[in-house]
Amino acid sequence: MPELVILWTDALIFLLIALMLVFGHLAASREHLRTPWRSVGQSRMGMGALVVLSVYVLIGVLDSVHYKPLLPETAQTARITHSNEVLSLLDCLLTPLREQQEKTYSSPLSSYLYSKENIEQADGSMRREYPRLKYGGAHLQNPEQEWAADIAWTILVGAAEALLAWLIIVSSITIWHAQRAGHSCFQQCQRIISRQTDIPWHVIFMVLGIILLLAFVAGNLGVKYHLLGTDKVGEDVFYQVLKSIRTGLVIGTLTTLIMLPAAIMMGIMAGYFRGWVDDVIQYIYTTLSSIPGVLLIAAAILMLHVYMNEHSDEFTSLIERADLRLLFLCIILGVTSWTGLCRMLRGETLKLRELDYVQAAQAFGVRHFTIITRHILPNVLHIVMISVVLDFSGLVLAEAVLSYVNIGVDPTMNSWGNMINSARLEMAREPIVWWSLAAALVFMFTLVLAANLFSDVVRDAFDPRLRGGK
Amino acid sequence: MSDALLRIKNLKTWLGSGSSPVRAIDGIDLEIKKGETFVLLGESGCGKSMTALSIMRLLPPVGRIVEGSIHLGDTNLLDLPESLMRCERGGRMGMIFQEPMTSLNPVLTVGSQIIEAVNIHDASQERKPKDRVIELLKAVGIPDPEQRFDEYPHQLSGGMKQRVMIAIALAGRPQLLIADEPTTALDVTIQAQVLTLMKQLQQETGMAILLITHDLGVVAEVADRVAVMYAGQIVETAPCKAFFQSPRHPYSRKLFQSIPGREKRAQRLAVIKGTVPPLDQEFTGCRFADRCDDVMDVCRQQSPEWDQYGEGLGVRCHLQASHVTTAKKIDEVDDRVAKIENGSLTPLLSVDDLKVYFPIHKGIFRRVAGHVRAVDGVSLEIHVGRTLAVVGESGCGKTTVGKAILQLIKPTDGQVQFDHHELTTLRGEALRKKRSDLQIIFQDPMASMNPRMLVHNIIEEGMLAQGVGGNAAGRRTRVLELLQQVGLPGSAADRYPHEFSGGQRQRICVARVLAVEPRLIICDEPTSALDVSVQAQILNLLQSLQQQLGLSYLFITHDISVVAYLAHEVAVMYLGRIVERGTVAEVLDDPQHPYTQALLSAVPVAEPGGKRKTIHLEGDMPSPATPPAGCHFHPRCPQAMDRCQKAYPKAVSLSKTRSVSCLLLEN
Repeated sequence: MPELVILWTDALIFLLIALMLVFGHLAASREHLRTPWRSVGQSRMGMGALVVLSVYVLIGVLDSVHYKPLLPETAQTARITHSNEVLSLLDCLLTPLREQQEKTYSSPLSSYLYSKENIEQADGSMRREYPRLKYGGAHLQNPEQEWAADIAWTILVGAAEALLAWLIIVSSITIWHAQRAGHSCFQQCQRIISRQTDIPWHVIFMVLGIILLLAFVAGNLGVKYHLLGTDKVGEDVFYQVLKSIRTGLVIGTLTTLIMLPAAIMMGIMAGYFRGWVDDVIQYIYTTLSSIPGVLLIAAAILMLHVYMNEHSDEFTSLIERADLRLLFLCIILGVTSWTGLCRMLRGETLKLRELDYVQAAQAFGVRHFTIITRHILPNVLHIVMISVVLDFSGLVLAEAVLSYVNIGVDPTMNSWGNMINSARLEMAREPIVWWSLAAALVFMFTLVLAANLFSDVVRDAFDPRLRGGK
Repeated sequence: MSDALLRIKNLKTWLGSGSSPVRAIDGIDLEIKKGETFVLLGESGCGKSMTALSIMRLLPPVGRIVEGSIHLGDTNLLDLPESLMRCERGGRMGMIFQEPMTSLNPVLTVGSQIIEAVNIHDASQERKPKDRVIELLKAVGIPDPEQRFDEYPHQLSGGMKQRVMIAIALAGRPQLLIADEPTTALDVTIQAQVLTLMKQLQQETGMAILLITHDLGVVAEVADRVAVMYAGQIVETAPCKAFFQSPRHPYSRKLFQSIPGREKRAQRLAVIKGTVPPLDQEFTGCRFADRCDDVMDVCRQQSPEWDQYGEGLGVRCHLQASHVTTAKKIDEVDDRVAKIENGSLTPLLSVDDLKVYFPIHKGIFRRVAGHVRAVDGVSLEIHVGRTLAVVGESGCGKTTVGKAILQLIKPTDGQVQFDHHELTTLRGEALRKKRSDLQIIFQDPMASMNPRMLVHNIIEEGMLAQGVGGNAAGRRTRVLELLQQVGLPGSAADRYPHEFSGGQRQRICVARVLAVEPRLIICDEPTSALDVSVQAQILNLLQSLQQQLGLSYLFITHDISVVAYLAHEVAVMYLGRIVERGTVAEVLDDPQHPYTQALLSAVPVAEPGGKRKTIHLEGDMPSPATPPAGCHFHPRCPQAMDRCQKAYPKAVSLSKTRSVSCLLLEN
């Protein structure tokens, strides 16, 4: 059995998933929580974005199950250095991408390196030309002639596989639904096509189809070529981009998870108790929010750096160091970003505490803690929900910016920010290396766009004013 | 019929589409003559406002007019394109709304908002628009119009804002003024000012007024003709006098009977059972059948036809004129009044010199620059099983008194003794234990219940906090018992507050309060958010609970008729102080303080012609942050003397139960 490794961020991600499951269970039994989520489920935009987000989350979760692989016993002595290597399930799935390392830059789907080298010919003379890649397109005898046909054929095969997979998924969902609703399958298909279902299945299936198509084509091409090229040290960019998904998701979600308890508690306390409690909390958050965030983050990351250098024996593997730095970044981003939510909750609580039902509870002699948990907290939850979803995309972008100025995640860690950072030099080359930057941008853009669309739908669903108008 | 200004024929307005649209207006016919005041009367949800919006063609996006015609003069308003309709709005038709606070844009000056209307509808004048604005402001009785021109809406009081709204409506010299509950949000003394102003403007300009209201008193005051609306239809029209003398429709009669008042003290008020039926259905029978006492078989099978039995007289009812029965009097004379009025008078609650000041912070260091004296030395006593009513206009501090007695707001000074225990010095656990004795019922039943809790949990909350009611099963039994006591079915326990109507919600609030077995209940305007017929239900409930349980009430209200019906004693508040107190008979029959006199005279009485002369108060109540020197009332007092400005008058005791704070009585 491979040895399971649970990193700090892994543990928190699973905690977050557990919390979401508990909340989902809770929401299912409360009418006032179920109704808005149902209207999210009926929104075409929301469900389309949700499918995209789920694919990202799936990749992120796969990348969060870490283990130390078993070493083949025969080769143990030769690869003793590898015993410390920590891999994730995603690494395992992407083994070909991970291991097919070239020498240096190569452009997407190319069979040659991006720079000329001196190559010794069979006759001993030296010629300066683009050398063939070790892995990318290595199966082609004569790339100039076979390349186009091979690419087309691979895409075709990928598309066919995608169609097959799509049909299997769609038909199984349809049959399952038809059985539950008591329709025949044909009726159910008709209902989906004519858009009569509550949940917009036609949108979900469409988005799913596009994603499957892209995934299968990418998978087929990725094994034979470097789909998005390679970077300076010859690593596959497609692999890097996929690995970066986890980093982005961790920053976007864990930061919120870390800041949430403080923001909720402080915000509600300030609004509810007022007086000196309010003064102290307001003082804390106005002070905190007037320190430049970047400065605070830089200081904290540097402190961590010093600490880790002094206690280097405690951090055995590179990945643990990087992970701790990521966690620390989340914490420090959380510390700098909770003030907005706190301020909003304080305002809302100020309003709520004057409402008659809170006053009635006070007149009954209900304890403060009970009033807060029973009357105030459930009535501000929608604000928390909205701000969590809205903050997510902002934080993913913040990571990119911070890594660009070198105070983000560990440089050895795959992240969109690091990719963009390295693109600074690549863009200055002649001819320029554009694919790293483009790949990071496209993947980040898709995630942020999906998150923004989804958060819009969530916000509308939870906004009581819009709900009343419908 | 040439003098008809507005003719509506078979108007139908539906809201929403789909399988069951809400038939907000379901075929109404009416006619308004030039220069008359036509009143549309009815409870909330009957389609009154929808009628006004249909005439103006300002329906919400989901609403549409499906049938009928609206003629203003010779123009069919429904045929006009939107561009021409814009000229009609504010041109030949003006409209004023219920809430003057939200009808004006807070970031524009008053003058610029009126000029906007003048420029659109009155631009042909050679004069400068500003002159016309000042003329309009003068016409609506705003003092210093030149100065007011550049002021912002927040610098004006509610009554002034409503005057500005009227000025805007008048800018286009309308022939028809539509007023949708124009005085509902205002205090009685201000309401009297606005109603008089409208009457006076009508005489000067000869315009017709379509007034929408739910208040029979207002109807009696201003109406020429009345139409009663019920569930999207007009059920009765009559000239004002005839309507008040002999209402024909059972619904109109019920409305009259459910108004509380002195003469009904010993009886239970008539209630209209049930609520207005939902309008998203097609009616086969009479819409009122389920709530009618005189219901016959034919009422349920056949919709009654319009019965025009005289000039301007009509009714939609199967009951023929000959069958009109005199209302069944519910002669449940109770001996409560006599019994308690002579009974032992042990004070349950005594408040002595209660003061609540709210500090005003100014500057960057938030120094205390002054105080809002919300309550400034109030003393009162409530006896076991009696009701003390605190009356006053909004902003006089009556709600603050209630909350300060409950210690929801910490009093700045003074004593509150409940059953010989001082409450103001209690803290923490000791105060928490005492809380079950004093409870409060709020004005808005919807806002006083957490919308996310079941009724069972809402009622249970107090029991849990006070540790009464035993285990879960015991509490459940108690909740069901309480629901029954307030007249709700036990199944209500497992539903959410939003599933109930306003009156039912207020019953739940009463049940919640009763759960902790209080001895004194502070009722903070418990009926002012409710319709008249529903108000009667709640008043009946409160009264019978007092008889059964010996409760004492501190009844905070601005509605004199409720006071006359329910209270034993009255305290009249003005600007944080009690100016007059005594028994109901003493104060209401023979008011001594000039403010009480003005307040009582301003209350519209539901009998045309049969009312006293209104004493008009000038201006508005001053701010409690800067009360006038001397007697607080002297700037508005019609009988003010020089001495009034010097010192606040001491309370003069006129009898054992009565005291008045006025210099007029000191001599």
